[in-house]
Amino acid sequence: MATDNKDLDIKVEYVTRVEGHGNIVANVKNGKIEKCEFHVVETPRLFEGMLRGRSIFEAQHITSRICGICSCGHSLASVQAAEDALGVTPSEQTVKLRKLLLDYEFLDSHILHVYLLAAPDVLGVPSFIPLIASHNATVRQVLRLKKAVNDCCDILVGRHIHPITMIAGGWTKLPSKKQIDQQIAILEGMAADLGEVLKLAATLKFPDFHRKTEYVALVSDDAEYPLLNGDIGSTEGKRVSKKEYRASTNEFVDPRSSAKFTKWSGDSVFVGALARFNLNADKLHPEAKALAKALNFKPVCDNPFMNTVAQVVEIVHCYHHALDILKDLKKTGLDYSQAITVGVNEKGSVPVRAGDGVGSVEVPRGILHHNYVTDAAGMIKQANCIIPTNQNVNNIEHDFAKFLPEILTETKDQIRLKLEMLVRAYDPCISCSAHFLDVTFVE
Amino acid sequence: MTTPNKDTKAPAPAAAAKPKVAFFDFACCEGCQLQITNFGELLLDVLGAVDVVEFREAISEKWDGDYDVVFIEGSIGDHHAEERLKKIRARAKVLIAYGSCATTGGVNGMKNSFELDEIRQSVYGKDYKLFDSTPTKRVDQVVKVDYYINGCPVYIPELVEVLKHALRGLPYTVPDNPVCAECKLNENVCMYERGLACLGPWTKAGCNSWCVNNGNICYGCRGEVSNPAKNANDVISKYNLKPELIKAKFDMYNKCKEGAK
Repeated sequence: MATDNKDLDIKVEYVTRVEGHGNIVANVKNGKIEKCEFHVVETPRLFEGMLRGRSIFEAQHITSRICGICSCGHSLASVQAAEDALGVTPSEQTVKLRKLLLDYEFLDSHILHVYLLAAPDVLGVPSFIPLIASHNATVRQVLRLKKAVNDCCDILVGRHIHPITMIAGGWTKLPSKKQIDQQIAILEGMAADLGEVLKLAATLKFPDFHRKTEYVALVSDDAEYPLLNGDIGSTEGKRVSKKEYRASTNEFVDPRSSAKFTKWSGDSVFVGALARFNLNADKLHPEAKALAKALNFKPVCDNPFMNTVAQVVEIVHCYHHALDILKDLKKTGLDYSQAITVGVNEKGSVPVRAGDGVGSVEVPRGILHHNYVTDAAGMIKQANCIIPTNQNVNNIEHDFAKFLPEILTETKDQIRLKLEMLVRAYDPCISCSAHFLDVTFVE
Repeated sequence: MTTPNKDTKAPAPAAAAKPKVAFFDFACCEGCQLQITNFGELLLDVLGAVDVVEFREAISEKWDGDYDVVFIEGSIGDHHAEERLKKIRARAKVLIAYGSCATTGGVNGMKNSFELDEIRQSVYGKDYKLFDSTPTKRVDQVVKVDYYINGCPVYIPELVEVLKHALRGLPYTVPDNPVCAECKLNENVCMYERGLACLGPWTKAGCNSWCVNNGNICYGCRGEVSNPAKNANDVISKYNLKPELIKAKFDMYNKCKEGAK
């Protein structure tokens, strides 16, 4: 079908099944694309401004509230940045428990996104609610899995949304021996449901769209799939330390909008599960590698829709990685003398200095940077948070520019759905990104 | 995969009588909405009792009629939000302020600790006027609120309790005793005895002293009890506290009540 004289006017206000508020605007005149953009329309919350004058010991509590879905991820980046500023090195036990928390964060977020937010598109329904009737067993399995991970978080950090025990300097409460056993039992109890939902994942079909893209994620020299520690690397062979995170983000203002975008070697970058898979697939847990192989999913994959599949592979990785950590902790036991209470450090139990600290952590949606500058009393003078979704918005628009011409022969409804699906594949988290994005309303 | 579509249509006729419930989010982290997806299978029971007609974070369905119950999450921080909230109120029989951002302004209230233009400029630079921003308001500083569910995030047992009251049209009273009352029952060692200033003595109970049970202090997310001064003198003098330390801690969640700077 010829598209030379095709006119199209698509405006999706408030893309659903994503976290936060974003709009898609696409205009085509006589087969020519005039505009195809993704706008973020979230109320600015000014977190970086609000952090000024607060104690560095409050940064985790406050920045956790940037986002409910990503609160453990923000907390982990925040404590890493705070400890870097203070010159505190966390103990091996502290780091091990943080890695466990990160596994839970990935499991929870990926299960939510793959099965409740993204799968309805592939199954041709507007949300998971119709699936309660058509795929009742699967919905129940997914809700049970989410609940199980959530119960593990409750044990480890008090609650999944806005964790309580994981703070700069260590942990305010350490899981008892019994609680380690409980977490192992919960995870082992997930095996049957997990097996079932993974079978469903293997049947999901995604559009066959490819665009050469620069993928950015943590990279490291050891054998562990890097989520908490390492350097910042890209599929273009670049590598910088966390302290040099600005070199990997290069924020710039696009004349089309007042949104700040990021790029590195080329015009835009992709961060998230697909980026991690493309850079570190050889370090995945053997079970996750086996699943990727069974799905014929190989790096470097340049189809952004496959980010959802990369998340499925990471579900398997994090599940086994978490179990490995717990079994190791069961064997070695915990040193309970390491539990701390800090408040705003009114007892002076942590030595404080003026500093400039960076934390860069892989969170479900990609690499997240927190950077705090503090004075000698530990008060925050300046804060900067660079969010995965913010790094991806520019890439989404570059994908739009290639994808829309390829699907222009389809109906308006199909085109609109596919553009929405592309946005959802990135699993955007707009609450997170709203500290500096375009908030102009499209009329 | 082929999917049978026969069951994916709108609710069966019997479901038409179920109360229409909607969720709307304003400036917030959306964590309180997410607490609902953390119900697990209980979610299916709740969905059996109500008809969720709008919930943008989780579903694509939209509704243009009136609502029996709306949950408002988030605080109000720009002109568009204020107008949108008033329109929702006009269509809602019952309105629930849901989570700290809605009930106290939450952490968004810290914006009001700064001159508005100064903090906008500090984040957005010279183009700050492109981004509309007004001093943070709680929901009840804009429209009438029928029920309050406090907390950052909300505590699920309290959420279920308030929802049950709201669906039956019964009043629900938020506890007006301090978090300490629950904390004592949980046999926690008092944070003051551990040398840390905790906001439990002045913060509304109802969370089962969630944070202190987990070795942290109370940050005051549920808002102040109606007479905070009653407990203040004892604690402040006994532990020789600097009032400004307590004030700074309170500013994290309780800045909205002072109004705009």
